[in-house]
Amino acid sequence: MTLMVATALPTQLVRLSPIDIVIVAFYFALVLSIGWYLRGRANTGEDFFMAGREMTAWVAGLSFLSANLGALELMGWAGSAYQYGILATHWYWIGAIPAMLFLALVMMPFYYISKTHSVPGYLKLRFGESSRALSAVSFAFMTVLMSGVNMFAMAKVMQIVLGWDINFSIWVSSLTVAIYVTLGGLRSAIFNEVLQFFLIWAGALLIPILGLYEAGGWTNLKVLITQRASEQYIHLWSGLGSFSNNPMGINWVGIVFGLGAIISMGYWTTDFLVVQRILAAKDIRSAEMAPIIGAGFKMFVPIIVILPGLLGLAVLPEKLVPESVAAATGAHSYNDVLPLMLARYCGPGLLGLGVTALIAGFMSGMAGNVSAFTTVWTYDIYRPFINRTGSDHHYVNMGRWTTVVGVLISVGTAYLVMQFASIMDYVQALFSFFIAPLFGTVVLGMLWKRATGSGGFWGLLCGTLSSIGMWTWVKIDPSALRYVALSPHAKGLAQDMFQALWSFVVCVTVTVAVSLATKPMADGQLTGLVYGLTEVPSVGDVPLYQKPLFWAAVVTVVFFVLNIIFW
Amino acid sequence: MVSIWFFIGISLAVNGALILGAGIYQLVVPPANPGIVLFNLHANVWWGAVLLAVGLIYCVKFAPKPQS
Repeated sequence: MTLMVATALPTQLVRLSPIDIVIVAFYFALVLSIGWYLRGRANTGEDFFMAGREMTAWVAGLSFLSANLGALELMGWAGSAYQYGILATHWYWIGAIPAMLFLALVMMPFYYISKTHSVPGYLKLRFGESSRALSAVSFAFMTVLMSGVNMFAMAKVMQIVLGWDINFSIWVSSLTVAIYVTLGGLRSAIFNEVLQFFLIWAGALLIPILGLYEAGGWTNLKVLITQRASEQYIHLWSGLGSFSNNPMGINWVGIVFGLGAIISMGYWTTDFLVVQRILAAKDIRSAEMAPIIGAGFKMFVPIIVILPGLLGLAVLPEKLVPESVAAATGAHSYNDVLPLMLARYCGPGLLGLGVTALIAGFMSGMAGNVSAFTTVWTYDIYRPFINRTGSDHHYVNMGRWTTVVGVLISVGTAYLVMQFASIMDYVQALFSFFIAPLFGTVVLGMLWKRATGSGGFWGLLCGTLSSIGMWTWVKIDPSALRYVALSPHAKGLAQDMFQALWSFVVCVTVTVAVSLATKPMADGQLTGLVYGLTEVPSVGDVPLYQKPLFWAAVVTVVFFVLNIIFW
Repeated sequence: MVSIWFFIGISLAVNGALILGAGIYQLVVPPANPGIVLFNLHANVWWGAVLLAVGLIYCVKFAPKPQS
C-alpha cells in the first residue's frame, strides 16, 4: 500500500458545495444508524466477534474485498498507475487472484472446520501456544499501529484535498468507527464494508467512463500514453524480461514468485484482517465461495483504480511529480491523480459522492483493523494468558472496551506520526516483516503433517528475523539491494518482492529442518488441521453453477485472458 | 433482521436523488463557469438517475417484511 506523506501543498484540490456536504453527512448518519440498529445483535461472543457465523457468500465475499479496498489503497495505486503505467495492475491480478483462489479451495476448509476464531487461533491448534503468542502479539500490536498510520495519512489527504482540519478528520472518523463497532461488533463492520463497496463503485466508476470518452477510447488512450510516457506503460508482461526494461525496475521473477507466490499469498490467506470476514460465513460452501466472489470483483477493480491513473497520464495538462518533489515545490504529486480526476469530471453531488467513497473506504478499513485487533486481543492474548475463566458475557464486554482502547491507541499513533513522520515508514515496514513467514508457517502446517510445534515456532521466528535483517541491511546500505534482489538495476519495489521471497524460504527451511529433528506429532492431534488426516467436508449436493470449483475455474480463465490481452 | 441490501438501496436511492436533483438544477440554471470538463454531458443527471433506479430496486426487493 502506498501512503501519502506530502507535508506542504498550498491549495486544496476540490471545494465541496452544500449538496456535497449533505451527501457526506448522510453517509455518517447511515453508518451510525446501522451500528445502532445492530446493537441488540452482538450479545454473545459468536455474535460480537464472528458476526454469528451467518454471513452469506456474497456479504462475506464483498466484505473480504472491501477490507482491502481502502481510500489510501485507491489513491495510492491510482498514483502508482500514473507513475508506473499498467504494471500497477499486477497488484490486482497476479498479486491477488491466485492467492484468493488458493484460500478458497485449499486453506479455507481447514480454517473453517477447525472453528478457529482467528489465524493465531489456528496456529495454537496446529503448533501450540508459543506460535500463537508470537503471531497474536505481533499482529495485534501492528494492526493498531497501522490503523493509526492510516488515520493520519487519511486526515492528511482530507486536509490536502478538501482543506479540512486534521484534528477534525481524525476525531470525527475515529469516534464514528468506535461507536458503530462497539455497538454492533463484526457484523456492523461487515455491513459497513459492503456499503462502502457500493459507494466506491458508485463514486468512482464515472471517472473511467468520462475519461475514456475524453481520451477518445482505449486505442487512442494507448497512443496518448505512448506519446507522453513510453510504450512500456501499456504492457503488463512484455517489459518484465529485465529490471531495466520497465518503469518499475523489477523483473518477472519478482512479480511471479515474490508478489504472486509469497506476498499476496501471505496477505490474502493469513492476514486476519481479511480472513476474519470469511470465517463469518454461514457454511463451508459460503466460506469457499466468498473469496472466489471477491476474486471475481477484484479483477475489475483496476477499472476504477488503474484506469484513472492512466487517464491522468493522458489527459491532465500538468505533469505530476513524486511526493518529495511535491512537498518541496507545491506541485501535485502522483498520489493526487485520483482527486484531480474527480475534480476534473465531477460537479456538485457527484463530487460529494466521490469524497464519501474515499471517507467510507478509510473508515471501513479502520473498522476492519479495529475489529480484527479486538478479536485477537480477546481470544488469543487476554483469554489464554490473562483470564482463562471469564464468562462469554465477560469476553464480549472485553471486546467492546478493547474496541474503544484500540481506536484510542490508533488516534495516539496518528498524533505520534504527526510529530515524527519517519515512524510511518518504520510501521509499514514492520507490518511487512510478518506476512511472508506467517504464510510459510500456516501453509506448511496445513499441508505437511510432519511439521512440528517447534518447527513452526522457530520457522516463523527465523523468517521474521531474516526479513528484519534484510530490511535493516538495505536501510543502512542502499546498495545492498543489488544482493537482495539479485540485480544492480533493481529499484524500491523489487526489495519488497525479494525480501518476502527470501524470508519465506528461510521460514520453510528452518521449519522443515527443526521438524525433522524433533519428535513427530501424533496423528490424533492433527485431525481437522492437516491434509491427509482430515476429511474435507463436501459443499453439498448442489448444481454445477453453485460449486466453488466451477466458479474458481471461471475466474481462472478470465484471469489468464485478461493477462494475455494486456500482455 | 433488515437485510444489508436494503441499507444499500437506501444509500444509493438517496444519493442518486440528491445528485439527480443537483443535475436538473444545473440543467435549468446553467452555471456561468461549470469548472469541470465534459459539463455538456450532464453526467450528474444520468448517473444520479441510474443510482436512484438501482437504489429503488434494492429498496423494494429487500424491504423488511412485516412479521406475521
